Amino acid sequence: MELAQTARTEALRAEARAWLRAHVPARPLPSLETAEGFAAHRAWEAELHGGGWSVPSWPEEYGGRGADLFGWLAFEEEYWAAGAPGRVSQNGISLLAPTLFDHGTAEQRARVLPPMASGEVIWAQAWSEPEAGSDLAALRSRAVRTEGGWLLSGQKTWSSRAAFADRAFGIFRTDPGAAKPHQGLTYLMFGLRDPGVTVRPVGRLDGKPAFAEIFLDEVFVPDAEVLGEPGQGWRIAMSATGNERGLTLRSPGRFLAAADRLVELWRAVGDPADTALRDRVADAVIGARAYRLFTAASASRFAAGAALGAESSLNKVFWSEYDIALHETALDLLGPEAEAADGPWAEGYVFALAGPVYAGTNEIQRDIIAERLLGLPKGRR
Amino acid sequence: MRFLLTDEQREFARSLDALLTAADVPSAVRAWAAGDHAPGLALWRRAAEAGVFALAVPEAYGGVGPLPVETAVACGELGRHGVPGPVVESLAAGVLLGSVGGAAAKEWLPGIASGTEVVSLVVAGYGPYALDADAAGAVFVVAGDELRVVRDPGEPTPSLDPARRLFRPAEGGEVVASGARVREAARAAAAWATFATAAQALGCGEALLRATVAYVKQRTQFGGPVGSFQAVKHRLADTLLGLEFARPLLYGAAVELAGDAPGAGAAVAAAKVAAGEAAYAAARTALQLHGAVGYTEELDLAWWLRRARPLRDAWGTPSACRARVLAG
Ligand SMILES: Cc1cc2nc3c(=O)[nH]c(=O)nc-3n(C[C@H](O)[C@H](O)[C@H](O)COP(=O)(O)OP(=O)(O)OC[C@H]3O[C@@H](n4cnc5c(N)ncnc54)[C@H](O)[C@@H]3O)c2cc1C
Repeated sequence: MELAQTARTEALRAEARAWLRAHVPARPLPSLETAEGFAAHRAWEAELHGGGWSVPSWPEEYGGRGADLFGWLAFEEEYWAAGAPGRVSQNGISLLAPTLFDHGTAEQRARVLPPMASGEVIWAQAWSEPEAGSDLAALRSRAVRTEGGWLLSGQKTWSSRAAFADRAFGIFRTDPGAAKPHQGLTYLMFGLRDPGVTVRPVGRLDGKPAFAEIFLDEVFVPDAEVLGEPGQGWRIAMSATGNERGLTLRSPGRFLAAADRLVELWRAVGDPADTALRDRVADAVIGARAYRLFTAASASRFAAGAALGAESSLNKVFWSEYDIALHETALDLLGPEAEAADGPWAEGYVFALAGPVYAGTNEIQRDIIAERLLGLPKGRR
Repeated sequence: MRFLLTDEQREFARSLDALLTAADVPSAVRAWAAGDHAPGLALWRRAAEAGVFALAVPEAYGGVGPLPVETAVACGELGRHGVPGPVVESLAAGVLLGSVGGAAAKEWLPGIASGTEVVSLVVAGYGPYALDADAAGAVFVVAGDELRVVRDPGEPTPSLDPARRLFRPAEGGEVVASGARVREAARAAAAWATFATAAQALGCGEALLRATVAYVKQRTQFGGPVGSFQAVKHRLADTLLGLEFARPLLYGAAVELAGDAPGAGAAVAAAKVAAGEAAYAAARTALQLHGAVGYTEELDLAWWLRRARPLRDAWGTPSACRARVLAG
């Protein structure tokens, strides 16, 4: 057991640091949950791509550098430490791309991945429906066979940033007669401005027009937009949820950087006599370190050939609760001033609040942990 | 010992509840957040007619107070219904001026008691913002032993709860009183503000719990109501526990405030910690158990969700209040 990185990883880290130092915008971009911020972030994605840093872990043919998981983690540490902008292309890169690598055709990869890497096409995840949240298999939107493709109808909801994104991926019911709700589903990609698609923004808790409902009325998609085999949508979709819960959605680098900023805030405004608050700042530092090392251990297991399993539920509960605790600590340091919403801590706090809900709620994750990792009997569901 | 509300106090709560249930409070809150104060001020007048703003003003100036238990009842109802505006600040300004006396008291108190004057208040050491100064005829500012009146609200600062409009009071203004009596009055007013905020927080927490219980009974996933899952039940049971143990602290503090007991400050601080934390925990639970729909502005619930945290921290953060509990 050791913590030292390979020379290759450290070289990548040094190169990333130098590039980021020269390119990260001096002022934070406007929130990517607004139209103006979305455009600014798209431009940033293009610049990142120009420098070769948009998708360092992808193969070179799609715009990556072929970095391994450790290289990617090191890059992420540098990225967040440099104060670089949030990634508006995250849903495509961390949820759709891994699925394309595992289940897509060569044609799909060549067509979809390069514009995803450059920020030219930004993807939204269209899984949830009004009646199908935690119980995703209850989804009702359907895809009906037609000549050369499928007709999509129904309603998707809570789709992050779909109000401004270009395309979306989702699961649709193709066999309403299937014996079980998880069967007869098909994974499809479609354009958010295709004929028959209506996107309605839904204001978030802070009023930003981030996510959206998507109404689909006989939207035609050609066969080339089916990911994997028709009818296998559930299995294919589930192969990506581990990514969402696990480390690719929330790399430790993000929290290491946030914990550093929290310590700076504490040094600037903290009251040394308030030991309870000091302890929470320390806990944030400890938590970031724990998450980093937990991730290093997972990455080492993958490198040794293990598959991502139910441990991703541990990740999800940990980072989502950690993120809230860290931001609550920052707000407590700011005291009554924290009510003002124009600072980065307030924005981060509102964002963190959603963590225990999306990517599978923490109640559901704890059930998975109890049943699959502890072997407890399955509850009534 | 009879640690229960009297029939009259319960009737007061019921009538306020009925009045506010009949009014469309959420749309007044939305308008308030957008800077349109008219519907909120109409609510204010109704609450004043019911006697709310007279509760902290001495009889000599047209009030009926100070009456802490009734104030807890009133602020609990206003908090539960989400009424916008500097309610706490106007009540505490009543206590402040009543205790300072003199010309300022004569000038302002009758209007505060009758609800024709809406005022805001800042006491140094209790937070930097004058709440809703743009809806107020005046902002009272206490620093050291000087009491100033500032009439220009200045520019608002965006708030985590858009219906709590924040202003940093300008320098200057007219000095209306000074000396040791101002310092003493400011201490009493701040204790009342802390107390009234605790009552509002408790009401806010109750509203969040009630809405969430209703939601989880009706929302189905996996073929049954999500309220039938143990993880959901336990969170709601814990929420009720937090609120139900904050309530006696609040009314206990009211009794001590009414009797001017030496430990009243600590009792108020204890109530504020418990009510503020319980309401905030209720908000976290409400957000979680509503799922994604709770994370949107479209539900009226959003106003209560966004208010719980500011109420927890206004007029004494949990940490400041805990220090006061130990200081005795
Ligand atoms: C900020 C944000 C971004 C999102 N982005 C996307 C996106 O891009 N694409 C997308 O498709 N979706 C997205 N979602 C939706 C998200 O995946 C769902 O909110 C989530 O799956 C929960 O579903 P729900 O909101 O319908 O809650 P529900 O399923 O209605 O759950 C309500 C409550 O009941 C609890 N509950 C439900 N079932 C059980 C059970 N069996 N045992 C115990 N407790 C249970 C839940 O944990 C929750 O607390 C997003 C959500 C948020 C908040």
